Amino acid sequence: MTDTPGPVLAEGRLQSDRPTERRLQSGDGRGAGGYRAGSTMPLRVELRRQLRRRRTQLSLGFLVLLPFILLAAFELGSDGEGNTSGGLVDLATTSGANFTIFTLFASAGFLLVVVVALFFGDTVASEASWSSLRYLLAAPVPRSRLLRQKAAVSALLSWLALVLLPAVATGVGVLFYGTGDALSPTGESTPFGTSLWRITLAAAYLFVHLSWVAALAMLLSVSTDAPLGAVGGAVLISILSQILDSITALGGLRDYLPTHYAFAWADLLATDVDWSEMAWGTFSAVTYAAAFGLLAWRRFATKDITS
Amino acid sequence: MSPILRRWRLLALILAVLVAGTVLIALTRDDTPTVGVRDVGIDVVDGPAGAVEYVRIDATLYTPSDLPAPAVLLAHGFGGSKDSVADQARELAGRGFVVLAYSARGFGASTGQIALNSPDYEVTDARRLVDWLATRSEVRQDGPNDPRVGVTGSSYGGALALSLAGTDPRVDALVPLITWNDLSQALLPNAAATGSTVTPAAGSFGGSFGGGSASGSGGLTLGTADPATAAGVFKRSWAGVFFGAGLAPGADAGPRGEALEPGQEPDEAGLGGSASSGASSSASSGAGAGPVVGGSAGASPSLLQLGCGRFRPEVCAAYIQVATTGLATPEVVRLLQAASPAAVAGNITAPTMLVQGVQDTLFGLDQSDATARQIADAGGTVKVVWYNGGHDGGAPGQRLRNKIMDWFDHHLAGRGTDPGTDFEYAVSGSFQRDGLASVRTVYAPSYPGLDGDTPVQREELALRGGTQPVFAPPGGSPAAVSSVPGLGTLSSAAGAFGGVAVDVPGQSASFGTTVFDEQLLIVGAPQVTLEVAAIPGAPLRDAVLFAKLYDVAADGRRTLPGGGVAPLRVTGLPADGTPVEVTVALPGIVRPIEPGHRVEVVVSTTDQAYAMPAEPTAFTVAAAGALSVPLVPGRSAAGSGVPTAPLVGIGAVLGGVLLTAVVAVLRRRRSDDPRPDLVEVPLVIENLTKFYAGGFKAVDDLSFRVEPGQVLGLLGPNGAGKTTALRMLMGLIRPNAGEIRVFGRLVRPGDPVLSRLGAFVEGPGFLPHLSGIDNLRLYWAATGRPAADARMDEALEVAGLGVAVRRRVGTYSQGMRQRLAIAQAMLGLPDLLVLDEPTNGLDPPQIREMRDVLRRYAATGRTVLVSSHLLAEVEQTCSHVVVMHRGRLVAAGEVAEIVAGGGQASFRVGSPAEAAAVLGAASGITDVEVEGDQVHADLGGLPRSFAVAALVEAGVAVEQAGPRRRLEDAFLQLVGEEAVQ
Repeated sequence: MTDTPGPVLAEGRLQSDRPTERRLQSGDGRGAGGYRAGSTMPLRVELRRQLRRRRTQLSLGFLVLLPFILLAAFELGSDGEGNTSGGLVDLATTSGANFTIFTLFASAGFLLVVVVALFFGDTVASEASWSSLRYLLAAPVPRSRLLRQKAAVSALLSWLALVLLPAVATGVGVLFYGTGDALSPTGESTPFGTSLWRITLAAAYLFVHLSWVAALAMLLSVSTDAPLGAVGGAVLISILSQILDSITALGGLRDYLPTHYAFAWADLLATDVDWSEMAWGTFSAVTYAAAFGLLAWRRFATKDITS
Repeated sequence: MSPILRRWRLLALILAVLVAGTVLIALTRDDTPTVGVRDVGIDVVDGPAGAVEYVRIDATLYTPSDLPAPAVLLAHGFGGSKDSVADQARELAGRGFVVLAYSARGFGASTGQIALNSPDYEVTDARRLVDWLATRSEVRQDGPNDPRVGVTGSSYGGALALSLAGTDPRVDALVPLITWNDLSQALLPNAAATGSTVTPAAGSFGGSFGGGSASGSGGLTLGTADPATAAGVFKRSWAGVFFGAGLAPGADAGPRGEALEPGQEPDEAGLGGSASSGASSSASSGAGAGPVVGGSAGASPSLLQLGCGRFRPEVCAAYIQVATTGLATPEVVRLLQAASPAAVAGNITAPTMLVQGVQDTLFGLDQSDATARQIADAGGTVKVVWYNGGHDGGAPGQRLRNKIMDWFDHHLAGRGTDPGTDFEYAVSGSFQRDGLASVRTVYAPSYPGLDGDTPVQREELALRGGTQPVFAPPGGSPAAVSSVPGLGTLSSAAGAFGGVAVDVPGQSASFGTTVFDEQLLIVGAPQVTLEVAAIPGAPLRDAVLFAKLYDVAADGRRTLPGGGVAPLRVTGLPADGTPVEVTVALPGIVRPIEPGHRVEVVVSTTDQAYAMPAEPTAFTVAAAGALSVPLVPGRSAAGSGVPTAPLVGIGAVLGGVLLTAVVAVLRRRRSDDPRPDLVEVPLVIENLTKFYAGGFKAVDDLSFRVEPGQVLGLLGPNGAGKTTALRMLMGLIRPNAGEIRVFGRLVRPGDPVLSRLGAFVEGPGFLPHLSGIDNLRLYWAATGRPAADARMDEALEVAGLGVAVRRRVGTYSQGMRQRLAIAQAMLGLPDLLVLDEPTNGLDPPQIREMRDVLRRYAATGRTVLVSSHLLAEVEQTCSHVVVMHRGRLVAAGEVAEIVAGGGQASFRVGSPAEAAAVLGAASGITDVEVEGDQVHADLGGLPRSFAVAALVEAGVAVEQAGPRRRLEDAFLQLVGEEAVQ
């Protein structure tokens, strides 16, 4: 009111509402006119809020850029022809499908975990850090619905990331390395069409597997006001699980670690697929996701919001 | 409980769980089972029944802790002794078997002479050992003189196992490894044969070659020498290795190290690690070093006896005959056939697991194929396993040994699941890492072609090459190199053979296929039909040729899978050059041919490892027909397709989550407990209490009521609990006691009645990356209400930001954000507006404008609740006031009434007593009080000037006259208390 001599509410404006007109009741006489709990926080609104953020654009952009960076690395480093000895890294240049598989392999352990943790861990905690969470809740957006809609949008963005990365990698790989058979390190080869389908299945499995990271990040997000704490905490726990998984002395106990089945999708590369590892991996991921998700829901629903 | 104590308790709980877990794991870890070891010497009759000389067999008995147990007779390979199998014996004993590991006659510390598994000697010795086991109480007995016994062994020991099982019905299970079926065929192979076969790795021998045995026994009867075998090509280098192993004790001719197994890293396999077994055997049999002289002491040894080591004279003579001439007489062939399980395989009734190595140029896959056929034709149970090792590869690794022990577990001890009879073979990937290819195992439902099953699937590959001449050099030199016996594990297995194979130009004819565009996995022995013709004018003799199959990569690199070579001798070549058609069974391999590769069949006239005729000549070779390769499709996983357990688990978890969600939703729809009498009242707070951990009460039994149209001020110092009360009003915090009702409805988090409430509490909350107007629009959109209801223009007018609303909120000043936040609270013009310190940070003109806005807002019938710690602001803005301190209600009422309403006045005077008297005497003035140097009085409707005049007239000094500020009194009192504390 100092920068510009803004006009104050006009004298007669508010008074023109007659009291009876003003009170538009909803059907059951509870809320204000036009309010319905089921239509609060629509997905497109939350999507707009998230897509405009720089971190969303940067992380999706990086995933699009990654295959090109890998391509440049391979081209700069190689002698020219694709050699056929070694592990997945050396096989990456033999065909487009192999290039995509290698990209997935390289990013499944850490990069995609960070991306998913970012999308899920940042949502509620950043609202808390901006102090806008309390206004949303007082709108009122029911707490469960808020959590659900935010989780849905984060899931959508994560799904986008998991689709973009293999899609761009396949495009780049096919352009530069051709549409030959996909070769596995054990010597099995799958035709190009089948291998594309297998890559799709691998991405779907990764999506299900990373749901445990998502749920954990969500739990941390509702527990803390610092978005970095939520994202970093989820990533740290994932790293801890990977470290414990590499200790062979734990034996069969390692099956209970959430990251134990992170690379079970590699079974899809064989000629005939062994589904048991992936089934167990899905079960493990679903169980952890359900546990963390329910905890996050309960915590958010009963918590005193002080942010 | 204080938070610190709670934290320590949690830590202690976690620690206790960890310690308990560690202790539990340590306690339940299995101790290594103790195994009893005892050396025994068993005397057996030397020679056919009736002879009186005895041979002492040196053996070691390993006993498990759980007795009586089934027994396993453990035989060793050629050149070894009981010490070379000591580790395996311990392993078997650890599994719960009584193991008798013994040194065969002529090896180790056992006396006697080597007779190459002759039925009269070694096999009879083994029968005596079984008799001995029948007398032991540690061994489980099936009946009188019938112990529960299984037999296993590699190579020499494996053939003994087969021969023993074929002659002694007491054997209950056997696992022969990398052994032969027909020794004459193994050492004098001739791959030329006629007819097609039904099993994958069928060679050119073993009966039932034409797809169904006529006799049904499947075995060769002794004495009838197959014309083909009589003309075999002598496998010179391997035979020499064996002869040397029989000469010098400790020269173990078996595979060194362990073969690589699926899932293993190259450094995990115990490569090159069994040099110790060779050393120990030489140490233990030091007594038998040097050639052992047979016959009675005192007689001078003949030259023959000196050069024969520990072999029996007839064996020695046979070897000398073949080694010098390169051709075997029928007597030699009969000797070798007698030493072969082929003679008795048709009598084997015990369940047999045949393990053969893929990398084995001595006893190839065709040997086990023949044994399997013979056993199956006779109705026995046989399971075939091809593993990634052999005489040129390595000994069985841990996984395979476990499978062998599982076989014995089921068939001897009755424990564990039935291993079944499916066919397993190891595929070595052509992609190498660290020099060693990675391995996977493929499982097929059964070994194809056995006992009338469907024949093995074959694919025909066309060969191109026409007719090519080949030249046989004089003396067989220079010779092509295909393999070096036993070289395998000194360097990388598959790679070494690819590199070692060398062909001499001019001596070989090659016939190639087209380039493959899909992977082809060859499993077994390919077959090709050749036309061999003599060249008219060249010296005429039998053609000795060596057929090999190469895997040729796109860059020309050639690999000879397994180092395998199929030698053939073609007799009866017409002198005029008419070709003789010959079907050749190439060596059995397991090889994936990658896309971009092609296959070449090379026929050469020389091979370093075999004995060749010295006479030089030339032949022409042509490929008459296609290359027929066997394929055995299988699965890479052992189990069946659908993993049910995890799917059930997933369903259970999802069901549980769904159930929880449904229950939670249903609980929400409890009765709402409405109060219809309060429907018009914007806000009623009753007995509201909130305390935090540690007992600190933020709000203590607060009760007040707000009527429509009021502007209520919530007044109190910092920390009075105002903000906490407002947060409870917004549904952000749950009260511990009491209730808040807005328009008659109980306030709960997310309750719809909150939509009639607009709030600004504890500062603005905006998304910094969006503009001001976007923030408002998105906020309204988030409420889900129609955009028309937002009254956006009015709200923006209240904010008064002008064009600044289009800038990012991150660039705003505090005051701009404050105004925008208040505007956001007013979106939709809610019925109850709650503002927490709205003028904090605003300039005085803005404060005044805000005051006007709020007044006008309330004038429409809406209600405003303003919280502040500034007395003056509340006085000027609000119509009613509620004062809080330390969570409690201190005062409540109308501002006008509290602020000097009703004519109450206070005077600060020099002499209070006199002033009180004067005022008390005046008419119309009541309720005179003296308080320190102040005098309070109720003037009724009289103006203060009247009272001042009266006082002055009475001579009382008046320093100050003004309205009585009860509110300020109360408030300053509170503030004063705070300051003191």
